[in-house]
Amino acid sequence: MNYMLLIYTDEASWTDGEREDCYQESIALTHQLKKEGKYRAASPLHSVTTATSVRVRDGKRQVTDGPFAETREQLGGYFIVDAADLDEALKIAERIPGARKGTVEVRPVLELVGLPQA
Amino acid sequence: MNSIETIRQAVDDVYRVESRRVFATLVRLLGDFDLAEDVLHEAFAAALQQWQQTGVPENPRAWLVSTGKFKAVDVIRRRSKFDSMKEEVARPDHDAEPQPGNEQDIEDDRLRLIFTCCHPALAGNVQVALTLREVCGLTTEEIARAFLTNPATMAQRIVRGKAKIRDAKIPYEVPGAADLPDRIDSVLQVTYLVFNEGYAASSGETVTRHDLSEEAIRLGWVLVELMPVPEVMGLLALMLLQESRRSARATADGEIILLEQQDRQLWNRDQIRQGKELLTRSLGTRRFGPYTVQAAIAAAHADAPTAAETDWGQIVALYDVLQQLTPSPIVALNRAVAVTMRDGPAAGLALVDEILAEPELAEYHLAHAARADIYRRLGKTAEAINSYQRALELARQEPERRFLEKRLRELAHAAG
Repeated sequence: MNYMLLIYTDEASWTDGEREDCYQESIALTHQLKKEGKYRAASPLHSVTTATSVRVRDGKRQVTDGPFAETREQLGGYFIVDAADLDEALKIAERIPGARKGTVEVRPVLELVGLPQA
Repeated sequence: MNSIETIRQAVDDVYRVESRRVFATLVRLLGDFDLAEDVLHEAFAAALQQWQQTGVPENPRAWLVSTGKFKAVDVIRRRSKFDSMKEEVARPDHDAEPQPGNEQDIEDDRLRLIFTCCHPALAGNVQVALTLREVCGLTTEEIARAFLTNPATMAQRIVRGKAKIRDAKIPYEVPGAADLPDRIDSVLQVTYLVFNEGYAASSGETVTRHDLSEEAIRLGWVLVELMPVPEVMGLLALMLLQESRRSARATADGEIILLEQQDRQLWNRDQIRQGKELLTRSLGTRRFGPYTVQAAIAAAHADAPTAAETDWGQIVALYDVLQQLTPSPIVALNRAVAVTMRDGPAAGLALVDEILAEPELAEYHLAHAARADIYRRLGKTAEAINSYQRALELARQEPERRFLEKRLRELAHAAG
């Protein structure tokens, strides 16, 4: 069974140096997990300022800037997709059934060199 | 042969006409807004030097694009980032005389830039700031001044927008046919927002900030040239027809003059003619939308030789169409005012009372001002004073406040 671990922190509380250290420490952790046979996938995301939210209401797509932050709904699943650009990613997001009831937050994954193969 | 002054003038002229086109093409070639902006300025600096020797080239735009690309290679080398982009940019033809660019490509680049800056994945205020900065070429300080924000905040907004375009990979392209109608909407919304901020600033000392309206109209002409579809023509028609009344809308010392009292000799006939031509073209397609209908309402006012001869019946009918296309309490309020003029204040009062009973416009100063005006027409002075006072409490724009105060003084005087 796979788990997706979502890390919530205040982005503004990190210095660039701390963030870099965190990446290195996380990479080390993924290698340990890999040895233990527990590693599937890991990646930081680009800053929340790059987030775009998609909803489909009455068959019509609504795209807005920013993260999804409605406290009454919780994370219910995720997709990781390979898209050429944001427009393609939004088109895929629109097809996800959850977009018709809730909101799909689209966040570009930050490429981090040094992670192990799953 | 070419004096420095002559060349400087020529470069200035080329800058005014071509700089944003050159910029749009450089963004496509380099994939980087900041790099494109830097090398745009380097290319113009190079033009100033080199054209003194060689004269102005036959196709200055192609020369500037080519020089900009060349400068970009320098910058990238300096950054010593040898990635694939450098290879691609470094390849072209810098020894050869630059080929005249394909006109269609360059026009497409401008459209690409507009659609990128107005992408719905960017927040509304970021779309506006980016469009004015990148498409219209206004400085961050100019935009900040127009929107009464400090330059640091505005700069941050622009930086955030450009970072999101880069990091989230917002594509630099004109949307496909299936997405176009939705995406044109956001481009038109941004353009109209810029126009309105210049036409009726939401707060502050002066009624209008002329330069922003001019910028929006300029953008409107670019859009009509690039996408002559009904609502694009409708929006430009609307902006021209509203702008035509500018010099009649306020006294020399900035006091508001209502449509009814305006000196129609001051209306700009040229803009009215251009607006009505565009309106006719848009209506002829029979696929027009709300901007075209609003332009038709503005044209009905423009056609009336005097306020008394306004065709209020036609205006009410147009508001009915608008209410169907985009139902909103603001449209309902404007329709109520038109009904007041067509059927008398008693009919209008019933409609305005209905609108004010709903929560949406209960705090909207113009709704209370409309009710006050109807009471004034009915001769109900006490009620009129009450409503004007309520409007005054809610109004934030200085000339509007002074107008309401003036009405209050007149009524108090009449009441003795």
